[in-house]
Amino acid sequence: MNSEIIIKDLHISVQEKPIIKGLNLTVKQGEIHALMGPNGSGKSTLANGLMGHPLYDIDSGEVIFNGVDILELEPNERAKLGLFLAFQYPTAIPGVSMANFLRLAVSAVRAKGGNGSGDDGLIPMREFRRELRAKMKQLGIDDSFARRYLNDGFSGGEKKRAEILQLAMLEPQIAILDETDSGLDIDAIRVVGESVSQLIGPELGVLIITHYPRLLDYIRPQFVHILLDGQIVESGGWELTQMLEAEGYDPIRKKYDIEE
Amino acid sequence: MANSETNTIEELGVSKEYQYGFHDDIKPTFKSRKGLDEEVINQMSDIKGEPDWMRQYRLDAYKIFKQKPMTKWGGDLSQLDFDDIYYYVKASDRSERSWDDVPDDIKKTFDRLGIPEAERKFLAGVGAQYDSEVVYHNIVEELDKIGVVFLDTDTAVKEYPDLVKKYFGSIIPSADNQFAALNSAAWSGGSFVYVPPGVKVEYPLQAYFRINSENMGQFERTLIIADEGSQVHYVEGCTAPTYSSESLHSAVVEIVCMKGSRVRYTTIQNWANNVYNLVTKRAFAYEDAQMEWVDGNLGSKLTMKYPSVYMMEPGARGDILSIAFASKGQHQDAGAKVYHCAPHTTSQITSKSISKDGGRSSYRGWVDVAKGAKGCKSHVVCDALILDKDSRSDTYPVIEIGENDTNIEHEARVSKIGEEQLFYLMSRGLSEEEASTMIVNGFIEPLVKELPMEYAVEMNRLIQLQMEGSVG
Ligand SMILES: Nc1ncnc2c1ncn2[C@@H]1O[C@H](COP(=O)(O)OP(=O)(O)OP(=O)(O)O)[C@@H](O)[C@H]1O
Ligand SMILES: [Mg+2]
Repeated sequence: MNSEIIIKDLHISVQEKPIIKGLNLTVKQGEIHALMGPNGSGKSTLANGLMGHPLYDIDSGEVIFNGVDILELEPNERAKLGLFLAFQYPTAIPGVSMANFLRLAVSAVRAKGGNGSGDDGLIPMREFRRELRAKMKQLGIDDSFARRYLNDGFSGGEKKRAEILQLAMLEPQIAILDETDSGLDIDAIRVVGESVSQLIGPELGVLIITHYPRLLDYIRPQFVHILLDGQIVESGGWELTQMLEAEGYDPIRKKYDIEE
Repeated sequence: MANSETNTIEELGVSKEYQYGFHDDIKPTFKSRKGLDEEVINQMSDIKGEPDWMRQYRLDAYKIFKQKPMTKWGGDLSQLDFDDIYYYVKASDRSERSWDDVPDDIKKTFDRLGIPEAERKFLAGVGAQYDSEVVYHNIVEELDKIGVVFLDTDTAVKEYPDLVKKYFGSIIPSADNQFAALNSAAWSGGSFVYVPPGVKVEYPLQAYFRINSENMGQFERTLIIADEGSQVHYVEGCTAPTYSSESLHSAVVEIVCMKGSRVRYTTIQNWANNVYNLVTKRAFAYEDAQMEWVDGNLGSKLTMKYPSVYMMEPGARGDILSIAFASKGQHQDAGAKVYHCAPHTTSQITSKSISKDGGRSSYRGWVDVAKGAKGCKSHVVCDALILDKDSRSDTYPVIEIGENDTNIEHEARVSKIGEEQLFYLMSRGLSEEEASTMIVNGFIEPLVKELPMEYAVEMNRLIQLQMEGSVG
């Protein structure tokens, strides 16, 4: 079965303030969608709401993932279904090594509440190590990364690469990448862009949130959407990114009569 | 009269469930009546066959204890009834030297405590305290060969009277505080370690302690003497069965770190929820000597424990790393004390506490720099993690500085498990409980990584048990 996430007339508010106001979008496994929109338009709110962040209140609408309405599910249950969010601002967890964390996470997601793993419910250490090392190598990440504490004292670029490593290890069907390119220098954008493009294939559907077409040079989206004031106002292809690059958001704001 | 109590052990709660352990049906060969007085002390001294000086030491300490008012600071001691405690229980007739000599039921308990494994791992001396008496004490030949003495303190009184006389009570005199006085009067068991000049003990010396009968006080007395340029790591770990009425554990640990020596003392304690754990631990560090306390406190009803280092001569260093986990009905009043008595001495205190389900943890710290002790450095870091709104954390730092030329830093942080941290981990597939356990384990990681491997594993497991069912 091909995975898909279907968002229907979704309304999300933060601290009583409506941010997402009737959003519709479907992302299928194997598809790449880009979501662009000015600062504060609600891109991260959508991402957090889809993943189940407790601060983001779902006022109405539906999110169907592989036939299941996930809005009542805990974030970990959504992860087990195959949904992944690469955070715009990954949180540091001091004292928890990347490797320990990933082993537990990978075991949880692969077990999907059932069996298939070792006695302690964890995937066997050797198997895990081998896989982690291989993926780190593939993404050009240094071995020492595995022993470092999760996002603790990571540079901006390291945080983003750590998110991509988690994406690679957890093998979701649908991934949301929230500004995985922000704060990166030109070389780092290339590294991250190439890493993500390695992971892309028929098994993975991606929703990339970004401000810059540069990342999209590496990960060519088939679909581009523009979010303005909590709604997707335009959907199209590559040409939309070119238009934004040339003219900014003003013409679209004018067209839909939305103030800055 | 005393013997009339001896039979009651069989009525004790053998079948009662113990959360983390077990309780074996061991019959003590002697048990004093409840309460402490000169008669009980004399009886204890008779049975131990102690020299008169030690008997007199006990009796003097008892007089001091009687004069001391009940301790008013720290935690709530109002439920503690000194007359309702057995001060001496002897579980077996003599200290055992070899594994083959250990009675089967005691062996079974040691098996569960993992002692044979520890033995294999470290090829080290194993001293274990069972009830009030050390019943098993295996000293490997290697220790003998390098001149290291590792005995239970009762035996040391007889075999090394000069060393014991010289140092016993020299670091913590009977009059130091109420519980030091009580321990000095009623002490039993504990370890005695002497490391000769220049000798480095390569593996940790381990001792296991247990309270195993109801209302039984444990008053171990440990004395470690590290001679010039020597090095040793001593490890104690405790588990205790749960009983219905209060238990008192009041140990005294004295450590002498002579010139250029290095001592590390590691404790992991996980007492049953009814235990009062009131411990005095102190080290004197002389020229260029280094003393490290690593102290983990879980369980108990009330723990009051402030390992201290007196830096007596230039170049001495004291490091204290402590962690406290206070759960429902528990008060961990833990901390550290450092006294810079000489110039160019350095100390570092790192304290981490976790409070959960209405538990309370307090940090009580003391940094003292004597007048004229120039160029001292002290760095204190206190981190508290509060897991829910019913729980509590306080800090009571005192800094006494008699010298301008010093560098003292104190940082204190109180944090809650962040919603963002939980969400981050949960978005990766971890349940709320797994996520918060992981955050707590990460919080104490700086301490855990200092522990010997198997203790680190046990520590993480204990945290996991403490966290189970904590979130709905
Ligand atoms: N956790 C939060 N607490 C308070 N307000 C929030 C929170 N998250 C989002 N908001 C508010 O919701 C609105 C949308 O923010 P959001 O982060 O979704 O925008 P964005 O499109 O991701 O912007 P950017 O491009 O700057 O990342 C903003 O007004 C923001 O202040
Ligand atoms: Mg954003």
